[in-house]
Amino acid sequence: MSLWVVLAVNSITFGGLLFLLSAGFSLIFGLMKIPNLTHGSFFMLGAYFATSLIARGFNFWAAALVGGLLVAAFGGVIERFILRRLAGAELAQVLVTLGLSFMVADVCLMVWTGDPIRIDTPAGLRGATSMLGLGFPTYRLAISLIAVVFAAALWALLDRTRLGAMIRAGVDDPAMARVVGIRVSRLFTIVFCLGAWLAGFAGVIGGPILSVYPGLDQEMLPLALVVVILGGSGSLLGSLVGSFVVGFLYNFGQAMFPELAYVVLFLPMLIVLVVRPQGLFGRPAL
Amino acid sequence: MTAKLDRRTFLAGTALAAAATLPRPARAQAKPVRIGLLTVKTGPLAQGGIQMEQGTIRFLKDRNYTLAGRKVELIVADTGGNPAGTKTKTQELVERDNVDMIFGPLAAFELLAITDYAAAAKMPILSLAAAEDMTQRRPNPYFVRASGTSAQYLHPLADYAAKELKFKRVITLADDFAFGHEQMAGFQRVFEDAGGRVVKKLWPPLVTPDYTPYLAQISGVDAIVQGFAGSNPLKFMKQYKDQGLKLPVLAGAPAGDDALLKSFGDEALGMISSNFYTNDFDTPSNKRLIDGMVRDYGNIPGTYSAGLYVNGMVAEAALEKTGGKTDDREAFIKALRAVKLTDTPRGPFHFDHFGNVVGSFYIRKCERKGDKLVNTTIKAYPNVSQFWTYDEKWFLTQPVYSRDYPPLKS
Repeated sequence: MSLWVVLAVNSITFGGLLFLLSAGFSLIFGLMKIPNLTHGSFFMLGAYFATSLIARGFNFWAAALVGGLLVAAFGGVIERFILRRLAGAELAQVLVTLGLSFMVADVCLMVWTGDPIRIDTPAGLRGATSMLGLGFPTYRLAISLIAVVFAAALWALLDRTRLGAMIRAGVDDPAMARVVGIRVSRLFTIVFCLGAWLAGFAGVIGGPILSVYPGLDQEMLPLALVVVILGGSGSLLGSLVGSFVVGFLYNFGQAMFPELAYVVLFLPMLIVLVVRPQGLFGRPAL
Repeated sequence: MTAKLDRRTFLAGTALAAAATLPRPARAQAKPVRIGLLTVKTGPLAQGGIQMEQGTIRFLKDRNYTLAGRKVELIVADTGGNPAGTKTKTQELVERDNVDMIFGPLAAFELLAITDYAAAAKMPILSLAAAEDMTQRRPNPYFVRASGTSAQYLHPLADYAAKELKFKRVITLADDFAFGHEQMAGFQRVFEDAGGRVVKKLWPPLVTPDYTPYLAQISGVDAIVQGFAGSNPLKFMKQYKDQGLKLPVLAGAPAGDDALLKSFGDEALGMISSNFYTNDFDTPSNKRLIDGMVRDYGNIPGTYSAGLYVNGMVAEAALEKTGGKTDDREAFIKALRAVKLTDTPRGPFHFDHFGNVVGSFYIRKCERKGDKLVNTTIKAYPNVSQFWTYDEKWFLTQPVYSRDYPPLKS
């Protein structure tokens, strides 16, 4: 019995981390139609930046913010100077972003060496919290909370602010948006930076659990893809639900069918793609 | 690509430059001995691969790039950590660079990809890759392993766990690939023959960001045994501690590697691991290795760098026996396998008739000294063979260690 409770709580906490990871991917893919395969690299870069910042005396949360900002700046450069030239060419975008991810991996190896680096759990969130007579890592519970707060903030940003309205307009009808005076290209840079920031921030937040090492990018990217395909691209609610679904599939799948861990993870994605290609909460393509 | 070529040219260049500044040795032959190093410098296995290169270069520097009176040229090839890349690089080393011997590769599946080709080319291979059958049921006559088979590290650990720690029941967790399977199978056989019991074997995929589904299944045992490699031990131990688990942890060689300790925090304290090499082995040769590694790379040596340093010593001893000649491959491999060394960083060892090491293995406990984590040796098992105390003939009639062999007793 307690095994199931532990697995359920773990699913929720892992889902929280997945949401932070995949929200940015969903944002970029949903709004700009760019399948950004450098997203895993953004995640890893954020974590690596944080290790360097922490070594220079930053506290964990400051490192998370600044690490995220550095990644956002990097994302902005990629969008402005490379991806913009490839607007609409999805195959080229896939290949370029994939190539960039290899380059980032090589540079990280050069700068931070191949040694895995651990990030200390921030003070105050160490240890376990007991719930229902069982102990759960406090830090992981905090991640779920952060995920929910972020989901709400992103929803408010897109649905309740002028910037959000402009972004939505730019996505639905870029030509008309330009006519009414919205600078769509600048908006897209902002969206891309925001997506990159989210990934970088998620990398730092995930650091104390995952540690940072070469290959982290390629480990996390498929999880982001599954979440977004399952939940539906461009839908924040979809990302949120998708993250928790994948969290559950991952935990229960690995515990109950260890030989089929990846089947359990990817089969639902295949079924969704076949039955409902736009994902559980996605809009059908226009 | 250019970066790799530059690096290769650079290394060959430094080797030549270093050799050129030396007085010409009396026995010097016209052609230098060429050593090809198959290593991994990109991707997830890069940590070990880079350390392999460091250990090799450290050894050659110690000998001024001269072995048995002949100059040595090192050619470093990055396999990318995949079998296809390893095959290509091996062919380049053999056919284009005309190397006299190969150090490496790192991983078992890389080694398995090249063993037939290398045997056909009569190319001596000195590797750390631990695949059991390379020195058992599918031996390659040109292969020498001075470190140990996967299970060879775990046999003594199981003996220690059952006899000294008096553990009765354990759960094993290891990466779901051959190295993990063989390690845990080796542990299981010796542990159960000593009266213990492995109650559950868990196999997280090699790529597992979150171990909690496995950690949730740990209960009702005296200890856990983990056989993770690469960066996984770090992630695993952190999550293990965060989950509030407190059972003693036994670990294989890569999991408790000395060079990995600087990445660990308190979660590694008390972890007991087994390895063919240990930092606190108090001999002049080990001191020199450690000082050299720290001076050159700011890193203490671990399994990979020490392993390659020892490989270098084996090659040196064989070259001395053949008078520096490598042209007669049969004679050279015979000399390699006859190598018997006493003063090495891993202690005394020799080879069995399969070319696998018979030497010391150390049980170490992770402790804090000042602000650093160190492994303290708590027991040394001398003269450990790949067959442990079992009869070789009997051992070889048994199936090879695998995911499901030996089976769990239910």
